[in-house]
Amino acid sequence: MATPPETSDANLLEVRGLTKIFGTLKACDHIDLTIGKGEIHALLGENGAGKSTLVKMLFGTLEPNAGEILWNGQPVRISNPHIARKLGIGMVFQHFSLFDALSAAENIALSLDDKTPISTIAAKAKALSYSYGLPLDPHSLVGDLSVGERQRIEIIRCLLQAPELIILDEPTAVLTPQEADKLFETLERLRAEGKSILYISHRLEEVKRICDRATVLRHGKVVDHCDPRQETAASLARMMVGSEVQAVVRPPVEDANNQAALLEVRKLSRAPATPFSIPLRDISLDVRAGEIIGIAGVAGNGQGEFFEAVSGEVQQADAGSVRIRGKDAGRLSITGRRLLGAAFVPEERLGHGAAPRMTLSENMLLSRHATDRKAFLGVAGVVRKHAISTASQRVIEEMDVRKSAPDPEAASLSGGNLQKFIVGRELDRRPAVMVINQPTWGVDAGAAAHIRQALIELARSGSAVLVISQDLDELFEISDAIAVMHNGMLSRPIPIAEATLEKIGLLMGGAEPGHVEHSREPA
Amino acid sequence: MRIELVKRPQRSALFSALSPFIALALTLVAGAIMFSLLGKNPLDALYYYFIDPLREVWSLHELAVKAAPLILIAIGLSVCFLSNNWNIGAEGQFIMGAVAGSILPVMYPDFQSWVVLPLMLIMGMAGGAAYAAVPALLKTRFNTNEILTSLMLVYVAQLFLDWMVRGPWRNPQGMNFPETRNFHEYAILPEIWASSGRAHWGFIFALVAAVAVWFMLSKTLRGYEVKVLGQSPRAGRFAGFSSAKMVFFAFVVSGALAGLAGISEVSGAIGQLRPTISPGYGFTAIIVAFLGRLNPLGIVAAGLVLALSYLGGEAAQISIGVSDKVARAFQGLLLFFVLGADTLIHYRIRFVATGSRKLEASHGNA
Repeated sequence: MATPPETSDANLLEVRGLTKIFGTLKACDHIDLTIGKGEIHALLGENGAGKSTLVKMLFGTLEPNAGEILWNGQPVRISNPHIARKLGIGMVFQHFSLFDALSAAENIALSLDDKTPISTIAAKAKALSYSYGLPLDPHSLVGDLSVGERQRIEIIRCLLQAPELIILDEPTAVLTPQEADKLFETLERLRAEGKSILYISHRLEEVKRICDRATVLRHGKVVDHCDPRQETAASLARMMVGSEVQAVVRPPVEDANNQAALLEVRKLSRAPATPFSIPLRDISLDVRAGEIIGIAGVAGNGQGEFFEAVSGEVQQADAGSVRIRGKDAGRLSITGRRLLGAAFVPEERLGHGAAPRMTLSENMLLSRHATDRKAFLGVAGVVRKHAISTASQRVIEEMDVRKSAPDPEAASLSGGNLQKFIVGRELDRRPAVMVINQPTWGVDAGAAAHIRQALIELARSGSAVLVISQDLDELFEISDAIAVMHNGMLSRPIPIAEATLEKIGLLMGGAEPGHVEHSREPA
Repeated sequence: MRIELVKRPQRSALFSALSPFIALALTLVAGAIMFSLLGKNPLDALYYYFIDPLREVWSLHELAVKAAPLILIAIGLSVCFLSNNWNIGAEGQFIMGAVAGSILPVMYPDFQSWVVLPLMLIMGMAGGAAYAAVPALLKTRFNTNEILTSLMLVYVAQLFLDWMVRGPWRNPQGMNFPETRNFHEYAILPEIWASSGRAHWGFIFALVAAVAVWFMLSKTLRGYEVKVLGQSPRAGRFAGFSSAKMVFFAFVVSGALAGLAGISEVSGAIGQLRPTISPGYGFTAIIVAFLGRLNPLGIVAAGLVLALSYLGGEAAQISIGVSDKVARAFQGLLLFFVLGADTLIHYRIRFVATGSRKLEASHGNA
C-alpha cells in the first residue's frame, strides 16, 4: 500500500531527510515527501505530529536543521517566505496572519511584492473571490470578520499570486459542507490547471474524497505514504493516531420535554456593533436540562454576536431577553450570569478564553474569580495560589491536558490541549448552563472526542448545553436538536432524529425556516 | 557567522532577573567609551560619577531626596504600564500635585496647625489624580491616544506653574522674584534623621508605596485584573473586568503617587514653589519603571540607580568638568540597554556558523 517517494522530473517538490529540532524535541525527523505536478497531496497527522513545522519549513518561516528541498529537481534553500513565493509556493495558514486594523485588501497588498494600488488589488480580489465562490468584501476591516471570512482572505491572497504549489493548513476546519464543497471545486479546478496542492487535514473523509496521495505523520516521523482512496477512514485514523479512536457515546435523553428550560432566549435582538457585524433578529430558544442544542451556520452569520449577547460580554436593554435558571439575566454582566450558574467558552482560545502569557493556574481565575470567590480568594482579594493551582491540577488530570512544564504559560500549549484546559476549567464548576462556541476547532481527533464526550456527560448529568459550531459532523454527533443561524436569525431547533445534512444545509443557505420547520413541542 | 534570536518556550526567570544588571554593565561600558571620546580618563570619570557620591553620609541623604520622587512616580507608572495605559504625563501630574498641595501654605499662610501637612499631602495626591483623570476621561470617552494627551498636559502644567509663581502666587515680600512665599514650619515635610542630612519623609512614603503596590500587583485579584487587561483586553472582558474602569484606576493611582511626589518635593526639599520644581523626574521615572521591571520592589533599586546618575552628573560637572547633559546621556543609554536586554527574557541568542550546513551551499541555485 505504500508508495515510496521516487525521484522524477514530474515531481514539483521533493523533500529529503528534512529535520527540525526545537530544544530536545524533534518536531520533524527525516521527513521524505514528493509532490507531483497537478496532484493534491494530503499531509495527515494529529496535532503535534509535525505537519505545521514541516510546511513552515517549506514556506520559509522556519529553517530546517538538516535535509534538503528540491524544487523542479533543483536543490533550493527557502530561507524566508519571500523566496517561497518567488518560487511559486503559496500558503494558507491555520492561524491567520492578518492585521485586524487593516482592511482585507490592505492585508492582501502587504503580502504582494509589487506596488499595485490598493483599489486594483481590491477589484482583483473581489473578482477572484466571487469567481471561486468565496465572496469577500475587500474593504471590510479584518477585525470585524469571522474566522471563516478571514480564511477567505488568506485563500484569495494566496491565489492572487498564482502559485504552482498551494499549501492549505486545515482549510475546512471553519467551513460548512457547502463552503467546503466550493473549496473542493476550487481545488479540483486548480488541479486541472496543473497546480499542485499540499492539503493538511485530519478530516479523513475529505482527504479520501479529493486527495490523490497522502503522507501520514506521527510524532514527527513519516509513518506511511499511501493512496487515500484505497484506505478506509478507520485505517487512516489508525495510521495517524497509532491506535483506535474512541467513538463518542450519546445516551438518549430521559423525559426530554418535561425538563425545565435552564437557558431561555426570548426575542433577542441586537443592532450591529460595527458596520460589518451582523444584527441579531428576534432570536428565541430554550435549552432544557439534560440536552445539548447545537447551533449550525455559515461563518459570520451572527454566531459571534449571539455568543457575546448570551454570555453577557455585551448586555441587553431588555432584562428578559436572556434568562438563566428562570432568572432574568439580560442586563447582567458576564460575571452576573456566571453567578447564576452559567459557564461560557469562546471561540478564540488565546487572548479570549485564556490570557496567553499567564500560567494555567492563573488562567483558572479568569472565568472563576467570582463564582469560586470563597475558594480562590482570601480577605481583601488576596489570591490563594495553592487553591488555584490545586484546581488547575484537577482540570489538567480530568481532561488529560498534555504540557511541557508543571504550570506552563497558556500560549505554550498546543491548540487542542489548551482547549481541553479551557473547557475543563468550566466543566470543573459543574455549570447548570454551558454555552460553548466552536468547541473543537483545529483540535485533533482524540482531544475532540474527549471534549465532546465531556459535554454529553455534562448534559446528561442535568445541565443545559448550547453548542455553536461550524462542524456539522460534530453537531450531528453530540446534539439532541440542531438550530441554524442565518443572517442573524435562528431557525427552530430540529430534533436530531429528523435532521438531515440536506435540511440543515438548506437552512444554512438561507432557505425559509418554514420549509423545513419541525415542532419540538409535545403533541 | 550569523546571530539568531530563537524564541524561548517560556519566559526565562534567570534573564528576567539578570537583564537589568546586563543593561547596567553595558551602560557602564558605553559610558566609559563616551568619556574617553570626551578626552577624560574613563575610570576616573566613572569613579566620580558612580562611586564618589556614595562615600559621604550627607550625600546618601541627597540620594534619598532624589530617589524619593523617582520611586513614587515610577511605582504609579508600573500600574499604568502593566495595564497597557501609556501615561507619559507623570511630570505634569507631579507639578499639579505640587500646586494643589501648596494651596494652604501659599494662600492661607496664617492657618498654622499640625493638620496642615496631612491636608497638603492629601490635596497633592488629589491634584495629581485629578490631573491624570483628564487623559483617562479622554481615552474612555473619545478614544483619544493617552500618550499624546498625557504628554501635552505636561506642558500645560509647566506653563500653569510658571504663570502661578510669576502672577497670582508671587511672594509679596519676595523682591519680585518668581517664587511663592516660603512655607511656614507646619507646612514643611520633616527630615527623617535631621542631624545627619536632608532626606525627608518622601523617601519613607516611597518605600511604603512600593510594598503596598507590590502586594496589590502580585497577590490580589486587583493586580491580576491589571495584568490581564494589560496583556489581553479581550480575555479581560471575558473575565468580566471593565477596561474603562481600569483606565481610570491606573491613571488615578499613578496620578496620586506623582502628586504625592510633587508635594513631598516642594514641602520637603524646596520649601516653596518656583517656576521649575523638577529636573524631569516624571520622565526619568519612565526609565526607572522599566529598569525596575515594572515591579515596585525592583523600582526602589532602580530609583536609587537613576538618582545616582543625577548626583553623579552634578559631581562630575565639578570634579572633571563635563557637562551635566552627560547625566541625560547616561539615562538614555540605560533605557536603551534595558529595553534591549529584555529581549533575552523571551529570546535566546544563537550563533550560527555560516557555511557549515549542507543547505547553505545550495543557496542561490534556484
